[in-house]
Amino acid sequence: MNNLVIIPLIIPFIIGIIMVIFRRNTQLHRWLSVITLFAIFTFSIILLYQVQTSGIQTLQLGGWQAPFGISFVADTFAVLLITTTSIVALPCLVYAFHTIGKDRELFYFYPMFLFLIAGVNGSFLTGDLFNLFVCFELMLISSYVLISMGGKKVQLRESIKYVLINVMSSFLFLIAIAYLYAITGTLNLAHLSVRIAEVGQDGLTTSVAILLFIVFSLKAGLFLFYWLPGSYSAPPTAIAAIFGALLTKVGIYAIFRMFTLVFYHEPQITHLIIGILGALTMVLGAIGAVAHSDIRSILAYNVIIAVGFIIAGLASFTSAALVGSIYYLVHDMIIKALIFLLGGTMILVSGTGKLTEMSGLIRNHPGLGWMFFIAALSLSGIPPLSGFVGKVYISQGTFEANLYWLGAVGLITSLLVLYSIMKVFMNGFWGETLLSKEMEKGSTKGLLLPIGFLTVITIALGLGAEGIYIYVEQAANALLSPELYINAVFGGNPIP
Amino acid sequence: METLIAILVGILMTIGTYLVLTKSLLRIILGTSIIGHAIHLLILTMGGLKTGGPPLLGLENTSYTDALPQALVLTSIVINFAVTGLFLVLAYRSYQVLGTDNMDQLRGIEDE
Repeated sequence: MNNLVIIPLIIPFIIGIIMVIFRRNTQLHRWLSVITLFAIFTFSIILLYQVQTSGIQTLQLGGWQAPFGISFVADTFAVLLITTTSIVALPCLVYAFHTIGKDRELFYFYPMFLFLIAGVNGSFLTGDLFNLFVCFELMLISSYVLISMGGKKVQLRESIKYVLINVMSSFLFLIAIAYLYAITGTLNLAHLSVRIAEVGQDGLTTSVAILLFIVFSLKAGLFLFYWLPGSYSAPPTAIAAIFGALLTKVGIYAIFRMFTLVFYHEPQITHLIIGILGALTMVLGAIGAVAHSDIRSILAYNVIIAVGFIIAGLASFTSAALVGSIYYLVHDMIIKALIFLLGGTMILVSGTGKLTEMSGLIRNHPGLGWMFFIAALSLSGIPPLSGFVGKVYISQGTFEANLYWLGAVGLITSLLVLYSIMKVFMNGFWGETLLSKEMEKGSTKGLLLPIGFLTVITIALGLGAEGIYIYVEQAANALLSPELYINAVFGGNPIP
Repeated sequence: METLIAILVGILMTIGTYLVLTKSLLRIILGTSIIGHAIHLLILTMGGLKTGGPPLLGLENTSYTDALPQALVLTSIVINFAVTGLFLVLAYRSYQVLGTDNMDQLRGIEDE
């Protein structure tokens, strides 16, 4: 029992509620949200240390032992993602200070931002399937508000689709929960794992597993991603960045959790489906990224490619592949926030998202240009930046698992990622300078600080891969041996 | 009884799906609401309808009804109401701004 486990969910939630009371005081909102994110970061570092030294930390809410109460479980995988979440959220927030505008600030931008963080953290930490649904909904409702906030035409149009898709997928989630409860009689993830291991994963359970996979794929943008490019290009840059960094990753996390902890008995069915969908996602995403000439669309399709690539690691299901997936997940959260912020700044400066209408930005913005170059290299996995290590391990894992086609698709799409993002770089930053300093639509004042921070993080993550490797390896080992999770949750009590 | 409820769930799902596939935004929202109710019934049914006494410690029964599905449904209903409310507001606002509630006319326009 460790009360620290629920802190990353509680702090932003309570502070968000307090901030709603002081609506007019935007300065207070800004300070409070920065302090909150710092606090979550500190606590997640402490939690990381505790998990590292004394094993998986759990909290049984209300003191009810595992299958009866709601469990909160912090293993290395979850804590790594929470730490990354707070690292990513901070620059997006600072970026929002300068760009989000007075209206959105007055209409509860910061509380909604914190509720989103609370939902994301809760989804990472919870050890109960229904509680996962509740945290998903907390996150989704905040994202509905964030995506439609401001009420521009394109935002409203895209948010209707976004809300409808997510409402329907939540319903499918509930159906899957109902079926799973009827089959196993429990919703605690550890208890589910025990029950399914006892009875064996029959056809009915596998069907429910695939239904759950469909639900999480909808949220993660895996294969069922047709809503994603529109929705992610509608809201302002800071919001799009936090969406691209966090929302799809929660779906990926849920897929990982379910298919390593609960439904791991029929890999020749489930993991093959996961692999095929991962490959299709990468191919279709790459086609989209290469075909478009609008910055926002290119970036949104890059989100999809990364989802397919991370899932390829799960499909191979070897130790190396899982290490690669976790490393790439952490890297991807950071790099997606960075690349969305960079793209948004380019749009802000030139006043258009079309690559054909912008050119030569590097003359007036050398810092921005070089940081975009570093981010582009990191995104496509050029050593020594952070994308490389994950890519190596995932490729190694797919080859070890004899899924050569999957590894090949991953490597080929990496080239297409490089092409698509270099297209942005060359069209946007090279060539004749169209806009003089005076003609620019916006200034980058104060925006380079959060972008620079994320750039430093992605370089550090690449150069310091050794330092983070012990955590990643521990997380992968815990994913491969579910009994660690089960023992931690039940804590020596008899399992009913 | 379970069979009856299962058939009811099927009918409600059919109606809801039909409504979601229509063009009017308001009908779509009503459709999601009806699907939501169907799923709440499904959760109750899948947990098993009343099979024993009420789950209270003071009552000396040999078997008790499972109380968990009701707790789940309660949470789910609250969330569903919140989302439906937000969706209705969103639909009203977009009707004001976009001037239509026909989904066909909400297709993407390239120049935005």
